Amino acid sequence: MDILNAFVVFANFVLLPALTYGAQLALGALGATLIHGILRFSNFAHGDTMAFGTAITILATWVLQAMGVSIAPLPTALLAMPAGIAATILVVLATDRMVYRHYRVRKVSSVTLVMASLGVMFVMGGLVRTVIGVDDRQFADGARFVFTAAQFREWTGLTETLALRSAQVVTLVTTAIAVIWLQWFLKKTRTGKSMRAFSDNENLALLSGINPERVVVIVWILSATLATLAGVLYGLDKSFRPITYFQLLLPIFAAAVVGGLGNPLGAVVGGFVVAFSEVFVTYGFKKVVAYLLPAGLQPDGLLQLLSTDYKIAVSFTVLVLVLLLKPTGIFGGKSS
Amino acid sequence: MSVATRNLLLFLVVAALIVSTGMLQSWNAALAIVNMGLISAVMALGVNIQWGYAGLYNVGTVGFVALGGLATALVSLSPVAGAWPAGGWRILGALVFGALVIAAAVFLYKRMAKGFARIAALAVLLVGGLFVYRTILDPAVAAVEAINPAVQGNIGGLGLPVLLAWPVGGLLAAGAGWLIGKTALGLRSDYLAIATLGIAEIVIAVLKNEDWLDRGVKNIVDIPRPVPYEVDLQASERFLSFISHFGADPVAASAITVKLMYAGLFLVVLLVLIWLSEAALHSPWGRMMRAIRDNELAAAAMGKNVTRRHLQVFVLGCAVLGISGAMLATLEGQLTPGAYQPLRFTFLIWVMVVVGGSGSNLGAVLGGFLIWYLWVQVEPWGNGLMHLVTLSMGDGPLKQHLLDSAAHMRLLVMGVILIVVLRFRPQGLIPGK
Repeated sequence: MDILNAFVVFANFVLLPALTYGAQLALGALGATLIHGILRFSNFAHGDTMAFGTAITILATWVLQAMGVSIAPLPTALLAMPAGIAATILVVLATDRMVYRHYRVRKVSSVTLVMASLGVMFVMGGLVRTVIGVDDRQFADGARFVFTAAQFREWTGLTETLALRSAQVVTLVTTAIAVIWLQWFLKKTRTGKSMRAFSDNENLALLSGINPERVVVIVWILSATLATLAGVLYGLDKSFRPITYFQLLLPIFAAAVVGGLGNPLGAVVGGFVVAFSEVFVTYGFKKVVAYLLPAGLQPDGLLQLLSTDYKIAVSFTVLVLVLLLKPTGIFGGKSS
Repeated sequence: MSVATRNLLLFLVVAALIVSTGMLQSWNAALAIVNMGLISAVMALGVNIQWGYAGLYNVGTVGFVALGGLATALVSLSPVAGAWPAGGWRILGALVFGALVIAAAVFLYKRMAKGFARIAALAVLLVGGLFVYRTILDPAVAAVEAINPAVQGNIGGLGLPVLLAWPVGGLLAAGAGWLIGKTALGLRSDYLAIATLGIAEIVIAVLKNEDWLDRGVKNIVDIPRPVPYEVDLQASERFLSFISHFGADPVAASAITVKLMYAGLFLVVLLVLIWLSEAALHSPWGRMMRAIRDNELAAAAMGKNVTRRHLQVFVLGCAVLGISGAMLATLEGQLTPGAYQPLRFTFLIWVMVVVGGSGSNLGAVLGGFLIWYLWVQVEPWGNGLMHLVTLSMGDGPLKQHLLDSAAHMRLLVMGVILIVVLRFRPQGLIPGK
């Protein structure tokens, strides 16, 4: 029995990747859930909004790299991100003005808004592909590792080893800052309070003099910022490809629904729940178990519940289970 | 202008567009658009049954279309020699076992009292069941996939006529639709949307990865045809003497003849489906469906079982989607799981339905043809436009980039069409009643 080695394997292949992926999903789900709380529809364009913000950030990164600007060991993309965020904010505000506001003023049913968001998704997808193409792009630069597998082994002398990539640290730190700031913003500031009031009861909020258009503009700005953050961090950690970002829609919705649609803190927890279930179910635990069991009881198989090709099925199952058993999510959100 | 003349005019405009393609490009290209237009019209009909009749928001169209395609392979391919004794029966047994485990889990969930004991029992049952299932399944799959993997490695099909696959595709998709409807239809509209989106992704993942079933991404390329091959026509005396009356080139004429035969088959299906849907819409059942769509509460108060009717209409729509998927795979003569893109087979179909007119069968057909025509033609138009724009630019990376990006113009155009129609003509070109 070798608990230490087992834990190191577990941390390297399950804990760290799931934490990072969970943080990325949490940011994405936060953006989607805020829109749902205030505008009351599921924004199908959210994945492509993430892709758009990331694409602009990548372009800005290339410009900075060409100018020789670098903030090594941090990736240049962090410096370029404000440009991506600004462009995304402009685009979502423009779509709100041109597409969504019309329906909001007329108070049409949320399905029409969802349908309109499909149209926006098409346009955004087309824009992203026009701007940057359909290929897989790596844009992480700076130091790749905080410490490498070899360094870790040197320090600890363990058989198993662990590498900490800088993208993972950047993701976790950025997410922590964003989530804490958002909590503070929603709970303490006047604007944040008016947003929560609007989300709870629109009519009452209007009666107490809250300007709905201002709330809507702010929620789009927040959502665009969070979408770009999530997109860039995901791209730094893995890689950028427009179709992948579209496919992130399902785990993001799953995370938002698990936490309760419209509930920001729930979205964060939901992100981690979805990410951990995905990684847990698709990881082969053979190596971890091998360290924990005595030599006579070694497992034959990989001890993998589901092949990684079916990752998507995991977020879906989580989603359906929550919908069937507790439709308002684990923390309670809107059900209508 | 009466409604009938206006509708006729709209159809004439679309026909004129396709005929102009025939005259300006080639009749072969025009017929290809007609064939895909017919299939798209069937798909749009399926979505329209769910959305237009009942207001059910299904964004998993691609999954049901893909199931129809799978049916084509499973029905029409000849069985792979030795695959069933090697592992086929065992795979079937594993699948039955899996279904039993899930049934047992549902039973337990309903029977046991709420609490920790139930959660623990369910977890043990499901995880244990999964391990046993994998133990039964994995060796069988390996055995099947080991048979001649370069060209086979799957269990093959039943060796039946390919036309039989169309109703079977409908049944397969309807079965899947029933399962999903049973779980997700009680939910509110955008949850149903998210759930169907997920189901579709899972169906595609299965088709891509279960090589024993359909060779996965290695594709099946030898689905038999219901119509003769071009080369056989070119070798046939009767065909040659027939076309010599028109003085046509045998190669072009054979291609056009084959496409016309497909078009005839598809047209029959489309007409039957339109007739059925119209008859249903104007029956008491159709009036009830519209009453439910317009006011669920009132219909429920009148004693209508809303959830059951929703399930019924959802399954019917899925069946139509499955039929269209089988038709598509038959037309292409192959099953390529990688080609089932949600943008192409879900969201494009939605554009067709919205543009044509939600709730109107004729509208769905018109939308199917019109949007498919645009989908095909926007790319060359975008290319032409980009060439015009970049005419004065020197050769360089930017010019090349702009020229390459023209290919993505169609996504942009489809999105703009959807947004504009939703905004300025939400009832569509031919409004439903």
